[in-house]
Amino acid sequence: MASTTAVIPTKATQGFQVGEPVARLGTMAFAGAIIVITLLIVYSLTKQSWLAFSTFGLHFFATSTWNPIAGQFGAWPFVYGTLVTSFVALLIAVPLGVGAAIFLAELAPAGVSSYLMFLVELLAAVPSVIYGLLAWFMLVPVMRDYVEPALQNTLGHVPVIGELFGGSIYGVGYLTASVVLAIMTFPYIISISREALLDVPVDQREAALALGATRWESTYQIVLPNAKLGIVGAIFLGLGRALGETMAVTMVIGNDPAIHASLLAAGYTIPAVLANEFTEATSDLHQSSLIALAAVLFLITIVINGGARLLLHATRQKGA
Amino acid sequence: MMINKSIAVATFTVLAVAGMAFADGIQITGAGATFPYPIYSKWFQEFKGSHAGVEINYQSIGSGGGIRQLTAGTVDFGASDKPMSDDELSKVKVHTLHFPTVLGADVPVYNLPGYSHELKLTPANLADIFLGKITKWNDKALAGDNPGLPDKGIIVVHRSDASGTSFIWTDYLSKVSSEWKSKVGAGAAPNWPVGLGGKGNEGVSGQVKQQPYSLGYVEIGYALQNKMTFAWVKNSSGAWVKGELPNITAAAAGAAKAMPDDYRVSITNAPGKDAYPISSFTWLLIPSQISDPAKKKVIIEFLHWMLTDGQKYTASLGYAPLPKEVVAKEEKSISLIK
Repeated sequence: MASTTAVIPTKATQGFQVGEPVARLGTMAFAGAIIVITLLIVYSLTKQSWLAFSTFGLHFFATSTWNPIAGQFGAWPFVYGTLVTSFVALLIAVPLGVGAAIFLAELAPAGVSSYLMFLVELLAAVPSVIYGLLAWFMLVPVMRDYVEPALQNTLGHVPVIGELFGGSIYGVGYLTASVVLAIMTFPYIISISREALLDVPVDQREAALALGATRWESTYQIVLPNAKLGIVGAIFLGLGRALGETMAVTMVIGNDPAIHASLLAAGYTIPAVLANEFTEATSDLHQSSLIALAAVLFLITIVINGGARLLLHATRQKGA
Repeated sequence: MMINKSIAVATFTVLAVAGMAFADGIQITGAGATFPYPIYSKWFQEFKGSHAGVEINYQSIGSGGGIRQLTAGTVDFGASDKPMSDDELSKVKVHTLHFPTVLGADVPVYNLPGYSHELKLTPANLADIFLGKITKWNDKALAGDNPGLPDKGIIVVHRSDASGTSFIWTDYLSKVSSEWKSKVGAGAAPNWPVGLGGKGNEGVSGQVKQQPYSLGYVEIGYALQNKMTFAWVKNSSGAWVKGELPNITAAAAGAAKAMPDDYRVSITNAPGKDAYPISSFTWLLIPSQISDPAKKKVIIEFLHWMLTDGQKYTASLGYAPLPKEVVAKEEKSISLIK
């Protein structure tokens, strides 16, 4: 402190003092851009989807007919497909991702861990259209010839759950899309969960071990609860990616705007229908309905992220 | 100082180059249909070669997008796989002229492992398969023309993206089946009663190649380039025809007699013994008044060139050339551009 007051103001430090408010205002303006961009998105989505919402009202959400020729548009099959594929994808990706993160953070030797993390980052950087192409050429035949018949022959006979694995087998559909989404999201879940686990202070682990806990007991009872927030954050980031994924999904979901109980059936998602129909949407109502779907997707993301925040807030308070 | 100097030099160079482009070059922009994109890009490239300083940029953003951009006045011309409706025409400030450029067709592609005969489909059978009324390959309705088809379900594959290809297909089905017309109708993105959706010609053909016992439709050019087997279709004269290029031109010639002066005509299910029934024109959409005289001159020159020299490039790219009756009629219509 004393030394800073003793410094005689020179040209350089004066410049720095001027720079201080400039930097402050500049970065504040950049941060303000977040709000401006969000508001602009909300404004233009609302404005352009207004025709669809005013024509169909709340029926837009509940109707399951999508017929551009007749000018009837309902969002339900797309909302359903988006939620189902994302949910099933998380069902696969969360155990896989969190499990792998625990191994990499707690159990693996440092060399193995850093080598595997390099691969994880590589997986996260692969463009989604490449996942789509690989899924199209490699995953779809495997799903059609082996995985889906096997599921149908076993789980298909179980009452209630059997419904999920009935019907014709195409190789494309909700389940295949979910598997692709799981593969695409789990690098994110691993990467961020691992960071969260590593952030837990070493003291805590050592304390647990000193008290006679095994390695697994210390991981499960001490480290995981402490890293919970970060892991939940990782899962929601993965969910965000799954909800918005476009190319890979549209290549393997079958693009059928209807609702099927079976996970093996073809479906549709909001991003997929936007990619498919936007270029040729000539009528105003068709275009407006597509933008309304985009607004619905935006809304789903807000609700889910908001829910995640509330959940985190609640658990944090309970823990304190 | 060095940096400032080099920036100044760079700026000057950029300005000089831009200035040259404005002085000598004529830039024309168009947007629209993806189906004729391969031949349009070939044409614009060849035309540029023989007309120095002329640059025609074409964005293949889809017919709907082309019509929208033309209406908004952001492009000099549009392109579409289906004629503009009266409603769409009324929204454009300057009256828009349609010029047919080439012909295309949809062909039914299929995957029947172990079936050695070539598949033959009547219009009624095609419509019933796509309506979901015929669900098995060994259905009695198909057996008459195709003995020995397997006892397997038919997996129908259609386009998932809105496209001119689907418009031609559904326009044809609407003409041959009253049930299709009332239940589904003709459109770029209809509400398909059955089937899986594939994105683009490549999506549909990939799906058909991968799925045994499937049936879909793709552009003829795409089917030819990828050497896909496609089915025979019975035309309105009761003859079995395949989507070969001469049969497509024959469909246009058959329809040419009844060609309206604005060329807005569907030639699906055209009359004529050789006519392939699932054929269509694709159109350039040109404003009837072009204020910039340099642009007007180039567009008129291009239309003449496209109708004569340009037609030579059709066959190698999988398109059928315009019949000579239509070429003669269009040559006269060019004078409508003021």
